[in-house]
Amino acid sequence: MNTVASNFDLHDLSVFDLAAKLAARELSSVEVTQHFLARIKTEQLGAFLATDADVSLLQAKAADVRLAAGERTALLGVPLAHKDVFVTRDFPTTAGSKMLANYRSPFDATVVSKLGIGPGGAGMVTLGKLNCDEFAMGSGNENSAWFPAKNPWDPTRIPGGSSGGSAAAVAARLVPAATGTDTGGSIRQPASLSGITGIKPTYGRCSRYGMVAFASSLDQAGPMARSALDCALLLSAMAGPDLDRDSTSLDMPAINYATELIAASAHNVSATALKGLKIGLPNQFFGAGCAPDVLAAVRAALAEYEKLGATLVDVDLPLTELSIPVYYIIAPAEASSNLSRFDGVRYGHRAATYSDLNDMYKKSRSEGLGDEVTRRIMIGTYVLSDGYYDAHYLKAQKIRRLIAQDFQKAFTQCDIIAGPVSPTVAWKIGEKKSDPVANYLADIYTLSSSLAGLPGMSVPAGFATSQAGGGMPVGLQLIGNYFNEAQLLGAAHHYQLATDWHLRKPGGSA
Amino acid sequence: MSTTASLLDKLVNGYEVVIGFETHTQLTTQSKLFSRASTSFGAEPNTNASAVDFALPGALPVMNKGAVQRAIEFGLAVNGHIAGSSVFARKNYFYPDLPKGYQISQFDIPVVQGGAVEFFLDGEKKTVRLVRAHLEEDAGKSLHEDKELGAALGQGGMTGIDLNRAGTPLLEIVTEPDMRGSQEAVAYAKELHKIVTWIGICDGNMQEGSFRCDANVSVRKPGAALGTRREIKNLNSFKFMQQAMDYEIRWQIEQLEDGHAIQQATVLFDPDTGETRSMRSKEDAADYRYFPDPDLPPLVIGRDWVEKTRSEMSELPRVMAARFVADYSLSDYDAGQLMQSKATAAYFEAVAVGSGQAKLASNWVMGELTRRLNAAEQTIEQSCVSTHQLSGLIKRIADSTLSNNAARQVFDALWHGDGTDVDAIIEAKGLRQVSDSSELEKIIDDVLAANAKNVEQVRAGNAKAMNALVGQAMKATQGKANPAQVNEILKKKLS
Amino acid sequence: MALTPHDIARVANLARLELRPDEIEQTLTQLNGFFRLVDQLEAVNTDGVVPLAHPAAILGEVALRLRDDIVSETNQRDISQTSAPAVERGLFLVPKVIE
Repeated sequence: MNTVASNFDLHDLSVFDLAAKLAARELSSVEVTQHFLARIKTEQLGAFLATDADVSLLQAKAADVRLAAGERTALLGVPLAHKDVFVTRDFPTTAGSKMLANYRSPFDATVVSKLGIGPGGAGMVTLGKLNCDEFAMGSGNENSAWFPAKNPWDPTRIPGGSSGGSAAAVAARLVPAATGTDTGGSIRQPASLSGITGIKPTYGRCSRYGMVAFASSLDQAGPMARSALDCALLLSAMAGPDLDRDSTSLDMPAINYATELIAASAHNVSATALKGLKIGLPNQFFGAGCAPDVLAAVRAALAEYEKLGATLVDVDLPLTELSIPVYYIIAPAEASSNLSRFDGVRYGHRAATYSDLNDMYKKSRSEGLGDEVTRRIMIGTYVLSDGYYDAHYLKAQKIRRLIAQDFQKAFTQCDIIAGPVSPTVAWKIGEKKSDPVANYLADIYTLSSSLAGLPGMSVPAGFATSQAGGGMPVGLQLIGNYFNEAQLLGAAHHYQLATDWHLRKPGGSA
Repeated sequence: MSTTASLLDKLVNGYEVVIGFETHTQLTTQSKLFSRASTSFGAEPNTNASAVDFALPGALPVMNKGAVQRAIEFGLAVNGHIAGSSVFARKNYFYPDLPKGYQISQFDIPVVQGGAVEFFLDGEKKTVRLVRAHLEEDAGKSLHEDKELGAALGQGGMTGIDLNRAGTPLLEIVTEPDMRGSQEAVAYAKELHKIVTWIGICDGNMQEGSFRCDANVSVRKPGAALGTRREIKNLNSFKFMQQAMDYEIRWQIEQLEDGHAIQQATVLFDPDTGETRSMRSKEDAADYRYFPDPDLPPLVIGRDWVEKTRSEMSELPRVMAARFVADYSLSDYDAGQLMQSKATAAYFEAVAVGSGQAKLASNWVMGELTRRLNAAEQTIEQSCVSTHQLSGLIKRIADSTLSNNAARQVFDALWHGDGTDVDAIIEAKGLRQVSDSSELEKIIDDVLAANAKNVEQVRAGNAKAMNALVGQAMKATQGKANPAQVNEILKKKLS
Repeated sequence: MALTPHDIARVANLARLELRPDEIEQTLTQLNGFFRLVDQLEAVNTDGVVPLAHPAAILGEVALRLRDDIVSETNQRDISQTSAPAVERGLFLVPKVIE
């Protein structure tokens, strides 16, 4: 292994390159797995909540057997880790909550088995479970009941959230790739703040079966990796109909998103690679609310897109600002109901002492659920309660339709919509914890496409140059129309062929 | 006019009784409403439950087509409207037998809307309008120590939760407050029970809770606004249903008479005391926070599905009854009686056709046969007298080979299996009715000769003596003579 | 309209959450802060707009998928109860439920 490692840093290899070397038998899945497990063992970022070397190595051995037998599939033997909201048979699942301390699921999430070593799976090896905000509620990973995850580019800062552990682990080369979930930006925002690539597909593209539910009409799984090509490889395996398990799963055939990208890589970047691509810029995404650092990086990236042949057009998303209250009514409403199952009866935390059944409910839930989760359950319960439903929940669902319709109008003028992912770079741990509403406001650029169910991604687009920016990474957000993940990944891939932001490494990582 | 009349008939101490029903019918699907676990009754606790029924993190509901099929069949059976698009909503409340913390039900837009149930009560036709019928999942069961378990749980003071029943498909059928008395309400429940078992969407087993009724009872002075109602929960036998409503009606009237207002409440009927008692009302039960279930898109039912179902459905009781009235000139009442079950109706029709004597067939099926079956606690499917045999028997009554009395003896023989062929039994037992008048006249002459004294008295105008002579004649024919004929001949000879 | 401490208590009870007095105060402030954002929604004219409950519905009617009525799940009691706080004789135990 050392001989191999001496030629290159194994952990710097992309998913695509790792797969190639595994297929060529230059590397074994076991040595790759051991290499990453060793890095994870010493990680200081709080990225992981659970590992089990025996389980991972067993999976790696199985992958090597299949490789030895001549099986050649895109991801066979490549390791990854899962956000802790995906239930797993082989690892505990806590969803970042005390409520589920030591919970063991009797089944694997569909996404987990589609990627995994089991029958019908892509043959990837699971390295463990990744830290996240409790029940995916948060944008800094500070709401994890266990410990905050840290940003590899500056461990005093948050990695973003709620898929913060996933972003930190990928950025720090603790894993080649990871799964994430995105309800209101939880893949795109941490990807942006941690300088990696992540895509949230069209709602329903990936099965929600086995994802601990936060907001059912918004939750969507997606890959987080260092490049668009690696995301494409994972998404191809993750996506696809799950008609028997998820009534909201899209009945559309799985697509190989990587084929075209690999073909494109083969040729040299041509100035006309994206000729004809119309990129819409909503003025609401470029307002005063966005940090100059961030705007500068985003505009530079858009200039790069023009060089590649794309044209920029102005589009209007007038309800962008209102997407914040709309989202924070709908998501908590669904969450308040989805989290009612955590009652201490069948699994999860039960208070040690209580006077009667109701007291057991209240103590168990209050002890098991953190502040932000409690806050959202309160908001959600209130907006659904007698006398407030029409004025709040129903009103929000109506404006949600208007928001979705605005996007359809915009897409008559352009192919994809671009802008920043987050109005700021990663902030300091603890900086915003006291002010939940301030955190909500920071989601402004990701919420509207989530409400519409549109695919969106974050692509590394440079770094903050100001003092305050601390040289932290900035992501470019690309939003596509329904089912157009391929177009998004293509646009991101061509940009990454022309730039190297996605190849930059955090200095002090691991 | 007639309605007011029939209404006033039913006043109880000057109060009008108003009853509406909510009935939970458990559908006869193999698997649950949203999970692939079995719905079979009586399994070991929590062995008929899947991740969905345990509400494990990450589990999601997937709808059972069989339940929708049954809802459509019910809608057609009661002439209801089947919604082209209906919505599943979450009813949120905490209860240990409700694993998700919400029940998936239908709220704003139910699958079946409107419809009516028709039946006869004391020969009077009644129509109870339905508000709706909606699909929902059942809850699990809370087993209380000692009572259900015959032993303490944990350190005692605990309740055990069994989720085998959780997620079982229910069709909740809700009526308008159209019923004006407990008998009428019970008659409605029996008719509804007949319909759902007839079309096979529910096994009707009330002991196992497959057919559970909640009765909303209120009383008012005629013409006054509706009184405050109290809901009697989980009535799972027709007998208790009647007792519970009668008690509740008396109780409410007494309260009002004593000047107390009725408080809206949910009550339970205790068969041991024969009384209803108010349930410890679930806290904040009022605020269920219904909202459309984001895990389930709208239930869409195309007209083609409805029409296909209509074309494949067997003849409904009310349709068949009407046909019996038309084809067999039975009374509405008789036809209604024959609808007590599909098998009864089929048995009757076979006998009616086989014998060509519909009225007799109806009398015998609802009379002698039913009496025997009830006594033997058998269903008509188990009857040891075949439709063919009963047809043969009735033919012999029709051609006056058998007197009713003799016919009963033949039936008895068939019932006990001493003989299978009607004519053979008649011969063997010598039950043929003697109607050859020359033979009779000869016998009667002998009787007159042997009873000169009675003859005198008859001639003296003593009616009793006449009866004595008839009796003698019948005796001489071992009852095979037709009494009417005997009378006739005697009169002739003695005049 | 601002929430009152009574609203907080009512909602907490509905959600089966126990808030300490100081938490009630804090929650009240934070929720009122949030609902000031929500008040902006009133300005939007939504007359005749159909609520969007499922994102896919923006592209046309979505219909619930129906599965055949077949039993394919077998007994999973033991593995499903491994994380249960209290189980006896296969039953989940809870404090006595009084009806």
